[in-house]
Amino acid sequence: MNLLILVLTIFAGALFIAWVSRLGRLHAAWAAGGVTLLALAQIAPRIPAIFAGDTLIERWRWMPASGLDLVFRLDGLGLLFSLLILGIGLLVIVYARYYLSARDSMGRFYSYLLLFMGAMLGIALSENIIQLLVFWELTSIASFLLISYWQHRADARQGARMALAITGAGGLAMLGGFIMLGEIAGSYELSVILASGDTIKAHPLYLPMLVLVLLGAFTKSAQFPFHFWLPNAMAAPTPVSAYLHSATMVKAGVFLLARLFPALSGTPEWAWLVGSAGLLTFLVGAFIALFQHDLKGLLAYSTISHLGLITLLFGIGTPLAAVAGVFHIINHAIFKASLFMAAGIIDHESGSRDMRRLNGLWKYMPHTALLAMVAAASMAGVPLLNGFLSKEMFFAEAVSAGTHFQLGWLLPAVITMGGIFAVAYSFRFIHDVFFNGEPVDLPKTPHEPPRWMKVPVELLVALCLLVGILPALTVEPMLRVAATGVLQTTPPDFDLAIWHGVNPALIMSVLAMIGGGVVYAFRRPIFAWLQEHCGRLQGKRIFDGLMGALFATSCGITRLLDTGTLQRLMLSFFIATLVLGVSGFLGSGSPLTGGRELLPLDGISLIAAIGLILAAIGTVVVHRQRFVALVLIGAVGLVVALIFVKFSAPDLALTQLSVEIVTIVLLLLALYFLPQRPARASGQSRVLRDVALAGLAGGGGALLAWSVLTRPYESIAEYFIANAKPGGGGYNVVNVILVDFRGYDTLGEIAVLALAALGIFAMLERLHLPAPQADSQGRPWNWDMHPAVMASLTRLLLPLALLVSFFILLRGHNLPGGGFIAGLVTAVALIMQYLANGVTWTQSRLPGNMHPVIGFGLLIATLTGLGSLLVGYPFLTSTFTYLDWPLVGEFEVASAMAFDLGVFLVVVGATLLILIHLGLMHGASHAPVDTEESR
Amino acid sequence: MEALVSLVIGVLTACGVYLTLRARTFPVVLGLTFLSYAVNLFLFTMGRLTIGQPPIIDKAAAGYADPLPQALVLTAIVISFAMTAFVIMLALKARAELGNDHVDGRDDA
Repeated sequence: MNLLILVLTIFAGALFIAWVSRLGRLHAAWAAGGVTLLALAQIAPRIPAIFAGDTLIERWRWMPASGLDLVFRLDGLGLLFSLLILGIGLLVIVYARYYLSARDSMGRFYSYLLLFMGAMLGIALSENIIQLLVFWELTSIASFLLISYWQHRADARQGARMALAITGAGGLAMLGGFIMLGEIAGSYELSVILASGDTIKAHPLYLPMLVLVLLGAFTKSAQFPFHFWLPNAMAAPTPVSAYLHSATMVKAGVFLLARLFPALSGTPEWAWLVGSAGLLTFLVGAFIALFQHDLKGLLAYSTISHLGLITLLFGIGTPLAAVAGVFHIINHAIFKASLFMAAGIIDHESGSRDMRRLNGLWKYMPHTALLAMVAAASMAGVPLLNGFLSKEMFFAEAVSAGTHFQLGWLLPAVITMGGIFAVAYSFRFIHDVFFNGEPVDLPKTPHEPPRWMKVPVELLVALCLLVGILPALTVEPMLRVAATGVLQTTPPDFDLAIWHGVNPALIMSVLAMIGGGVVYAFRRPIFAWLQEHCGRLQGKRIFDGLMGALFATSCGITRLLDTGTLQRLMLSFFIATLVLGVSGFLGSGSPLTGGRELLPLDGISLIAAIGLILAAIGTVVVHRQRFVALVLIGAVGLVVALIFVKFSAPDLALTQLSVEIVTIVLLLLALYFLPQRPARASGQSRVLRDVALAGLAGGGGALLAWSVLTRPYESIAEYFIANAKPGGGGYNVVNVILVDFRGYDTLGEIAVLALAALGIFAMLERLHLPAPQADSQGRPWNWDMHPAVMASLTRLLLPLALLVSFFILLRGHNLPGGGFIAGLVTAVALIMQYLANGVTWTQSRLPGNMHPVIGFGLLIATLTGLGSLLVGYPFLTSTFTYLDWPLVGEFEVASAMAFDLGVFLVVVGATLLILIHLGLMHGASHAPVDTEESR
Repeated sequence: MEALVSLVIGVLTACGVYLTLRARTFPVVLGLTFLSYAVNLFLFTMGRLTIGQPPIIDKAAAGYADPLPQALVLTAIVISFAMTAFVIMLALKARAELGNDHVDGRDDA
């Protein structure tokens, strides 16, 4: 058993639940509980070693070349968080089983929950900080899914989006910070980083790095001014809030502060940044919490306030403050989880969370009320409960921190103010909900929840009491080992006792209690005054404004660049290309003509070139008469093929020739569906402008080609020519490059071809094109669609053509040919059948479905590549041997030929798929005529 | 000879650019075809011009043309075909959906 498996168990569990939930609703809950127990069982055997002071580090090689390994680390802090994550997770799983209604998908809920749990566990156990960041982002995504669990609710979707945007942005900042941190420390592993605190703090980049890392931590832990996503995330189901906003998600930020404490803390920058963020958050959260009418809203702001408290403790920076911070992490997780669960029970059983309507519930649900009151008292910091102990430590730390600077008495004073509000909102939670008259107009008559829904709350409240009364027996060992993990050294002595005598901290506690009561009593006048004078400045509104501005800006930029007309876009594209090209030419300063020896000009080449130029210009001149233009461009394509012949590229010539035929046939078929009447000519000024631009572009292209052609060059071709035979077993170097040296590229190309064909297939499906019944002069189409001579000849030629293409395929490795060319030749041969005999006739005789052909082609090509992996060579390594065939003689068989067969099949399949489907539309368009006349 | 090939590439480019700037779909498709001829030839010339020396291993051969640009251009030709096919189908689709063959779907221009 190891830590990687522990984390993977949870992720695998998430998938397992998604599957098992199909068998029944409750299976998902059982499976989630089982997986969590399994994880706890994996971690249990390691506890003694950690308590003995060990740090467990386990490593798996991942990308050693980039210095990335999967490294996990289990020390006191990691253990504490793992237990919180798994323990409270288990309770939440039990609770949610009763909370979710019959309409909610259990499988989806538990699957997301475990995904989140696994990501959190990954954060707690990561040794490599980049790996930590990956899990960190995963928690953002998983929390997005959980918060938006009720997808039909707009507030849930908005809240989830906001949480994702803010924590995601923080994560991005943190990535920057982590990279700087890793580079400063010289390693991305915590063991090294935690040990090199002095180097890090002395580095000139310390401050920017610190700010970036803190941005990540503060956004996650909802620190002011990034706090507002948390209340908006309350649209999540309550079990999610109980889990994410007590023990896990928001604790990730303070976990990071604790984790990096030895490396980053102890500087004035740290103290000011972390301390002031914490203090502000503590105050603002406590203040706003009092005036929330929503039960969960109150808890959300109280969570913000308590996170501020923890942050402030880490900001103070003394070892003892850090111990107090860890202690409050534990206590807050316990009492806040139980409070959220209690709030969920109240919501569930009364149908409302509005504290103006929820009154006097003590009579209806005394058991739940008792539990909630104890937990709320712990939140307020009432003695004999766990919240009191850590709050007392917090007050004591504030007093001692205050002695170090001028006006230091302000710190405890301000903190007491925060304490007063904390007491006041806790008091409101108890008094407003359970007493204060009768319920007002509730949708349901409140009653006690099912027995097992209360069990998790009872357990947590029992923990509150146990820790509060017997701290030394319960929490102290765990706290000591976790603090060791934080400080990376033995923690200072601390005394978890209920009674420390009369000291400043106690006085602050007493003041907070009394003040809290007073503030609660006068809350109505304060609230009225606030509404009158402060309005409602909400972070959400600022966030929405910012997001709106961001969207408006990007829309503006898009509108500026994309005017919605292709001609304008092409124009700016060509002009930009010209400007770039010309400036490159002018800027280089090298001569236009290089020193390579030129080839002599011969008459035939000249004539061919003149023919090409005339045909090309002719195409442009007559382009409005589309049919003529098509014939002329066909001539251009043929001369291009001749150019390849002339300059020693037989493979290219063959390919160009067959592609030309297929393209012209395709364009002819398409022409049928396009308007026959020539379109209106462009205006003269536009023609002049375009001719000028085309002339410049052509001139540029010609000059560029000239300057390349006249320069000598070095090529890596020598390698291919030398190794084609010994390495690839073929004489045709071009083909060997395609199927062997650069086989991976070719695999990509045929995949593109296949995708293009499938895309065309999808486009043509259910497409209805207006098919003209006559040409532009009103003459009907030729009745004799399939001339007898042509039909008979093509049928005779088909076997011959197939034989030729097979021959080309086989010889491709050694002589011009190969999969591409053979595929095109086969396609042409088959298309001839369609042209001569009609689509319907041919379709009934030939297999029309080309999808399997394409699929098999890709499969054969890929399998050939995988075959070499199987015998231990890199992907697509080719091998060859010689066979002695009777009659044929010695014959070479290379695995690359199987690959070429795949290429062949894809080319045939794709080409035919495109043409047949376009042809079928012809058939459909004059089907009535066709069926009568077909022979 | 080099000048002639450069001229051919230039003419093909110019024709391609002019046709690509037209307002109807069919000339644009023809323009793209021209541009792919020009680009393929241009890529091919990266291996410079060689006459009568195909890259097929032969003991009697005096030398070989550069096979690498040829291999690249070979797949480029096939991919250009796929692109042309895709664009022309797109044009047909636009014609069916919008009722005209203007590149922006407007029938007024």
